[in-house]
Amino acid sequence: MNLTLRIWRQKGPEDKGRMVTYQVDDVSPDMSFLEMLDVLNERLILQGEEPIAFDHDCREGICGMCGLMINGDAHGPQRGTTACQLHMRQFSDGETIDIEPWRARAFPVIKDLVVNRNAFDRIIAAGGYITAPTGSAPEAHSTPVPKVDADAAFESAACIGCGACVAACPNGSGMLFTAAKITQLSLLPQGQPERYTRVIGMVDAHDEAGFGGCTNAGECTVVCPKGIPLDTIGRLNRDYLLATTKRGNTPGS
Amino acid sequence: MAVTGILLVLFLIAHMLGNLKIFTGAEAFNHYAHWLRDLGTPLLAPGWYLWLQRGVLLVALLGHIAAATVLAMRARAARPVRYAHRKKVQGSYAARTMRWGGVIIGLFVIYHILDLTTGHLNPVGDPTRPQANVVADFAPERWYVTLFYTLAVVTLGFHLRHGAFSAFRSLGQQTPKGERRARSLALVFAVALTAGYLVVPFAVLIGLVR
Repeated sequence: MNLTLRIWRQKGPEDKGRMVTYQVDDVSPDMSFLEMLDVLNERLILQGEEPIAFDHDCREGICGMCGLMINGDAHGPQRGTTACQLHMRQFSDGETIDIEPWRARAFPVIKDLVVNRNAFDRIIAAGGYITAPTGSAPEAHSTPVPKVDADAAFESAACIGCGACVAACPNGSGMLFTAAKITQLSLLPQGQPERYTRVIGMVDAHDEAGFGGCTNAGECTVVCPKGIPLDTIGRLNRDYLLATTKRGNTPGS
Repeated sequence: MAVTGILLVLFLIAHMLGNLKIFTGAEAFNHYAHWLRDLGTPLLAPGWYLWLQRGVLLVALLGHIAAATVLAMRARAARPVRYAHRKKVQGSYAARTMRWGGVIIGLFVIYHILDLTTGHLNPVGDPTRPQANVVADFAPERWYVTLFYTLAVVTLGFHLRHGAFSAFRSLGQQTPKGERRARSLALVFAVALTAGYLVVPFAVLIGLVR
C-alpha cells in the first residue's frame, strides 16, 4: 500500500504547528497504525529529520496511552479499537490520511501528536478512589455484590482513560470519562461512603480543567474503544442531583 | 436546561391543545381565546393570569437561553484549536442542530407574537376575532407565512427530539432500557407535537378551516 499522510507537526507547546504531508510506500496491510508510523519515523531518522512524536505503550489496546485523531475519527474508523490495534487493512491503497492530536484546552499539545492528559489525573485525584486500608486483599465473600451491579461496574471500569471521548465531543467535554469512574465506584459497596462528595469533587475538577459541558450528544460513546455506555452520564447526573440535595458533607445524611 | 425546558414544553402542550380548538368552529375558538383572558377571575383581575403565565414563561425562556449560552461558550473555549479534518457528528441530526435550531425557534417566537398576539404583522390583526386572524394568516396567497411556520415547527420538533431525551438524562435517567424508552418517548412526543401544530395551518391552506 502507498499512502499519503498529513500529520500535525508542532515542535513544542509554544509552537503554532501545522499539517505536514508525508509519502509512505510499501505499507503492509497487516501493520498496525502505529507500526506504520514507526516505519515513517525510521525513515525520518535516517534522513536526519525529527521523528514524529506520538504516545504509545502496551500496543495491546489496554493501557490508554495511544490516541490519534485519524481522518476526524478518534482512534480511527474501526469501532471499539484503539489506534494501536487498528490495522492498515482498514485503509485503501493511495488513500490520504489526516492524523491530528486530541484537540481540547484541557489537553494541551506537548509535541506533534502527544498531548498532556494530566487533567484526567486531577479529576481522579478529586474523588476517583475509595479510602480503604491497603494491604492484603480482603476475603471476597465478606462483601456481597449483586451480579448485575458487579457487571455494570466492570463495564465502566474498562475505561482506559485514553481521552477519545473528549477528542470526539463537539463540546470538548470529559463527561464520559468522569461518569465511567463515578459509575464504577458508586455501584459497588466500597464506593458508598464517599459517593456524594466524590461526584461534586470530580465534576468540579472536570469543569476547572477547562472541559466543556455535556449536552448528551453521544459522540463519546461511539468512539470509545471500550464501549463505555452513555447511560453512565445519567448515573453521574443522578448522583450529582442527590449530592446537591443531600449535602453529602452533613453528618448523618 | 432541563428544568426551564420542561416549563416551556408544558406551555407548548397547552398551546397545541388550544390551537386544535379551531376545529370545533370559529365561535368555540374565539370563546376559548377570551376565556384565557378571564382565567383565574374573580381571584385575579381579567388578564392577570395571562400576564402571570407570560412572566413565568419569560423567566424560563431567559433561563433556557442563558444556560445554552453558557454551554456554547464553554464548548467554544474547550477547543481553542480546531480540527483540520472533522467528521460530521455521528450522533443524531437533532443533537447537532440544537444551538442554531434554538436561535431559529427564538426568532420565530418573536415573529409569532407580533403576528398572532399583538396582531401587528397580521392582515386582520383584530384581537376580538382570533379565528379570523389565523385564517387570514395561513391563506393560500400568503404561502410564505405557512412555509416559514412549517420550517419553524419542524425545527422545534428536532429540538424537542433531542431536548426531551436530554432532559430525562440530565435529571438522572440511568439504565440502558430506560434510555431506549426515553429516546422513543422523545421521538413520539416530538412527532406528535409537530403534527399537532402543523394541522392548523394546513387545514386553513386546503380550506378545511375558514
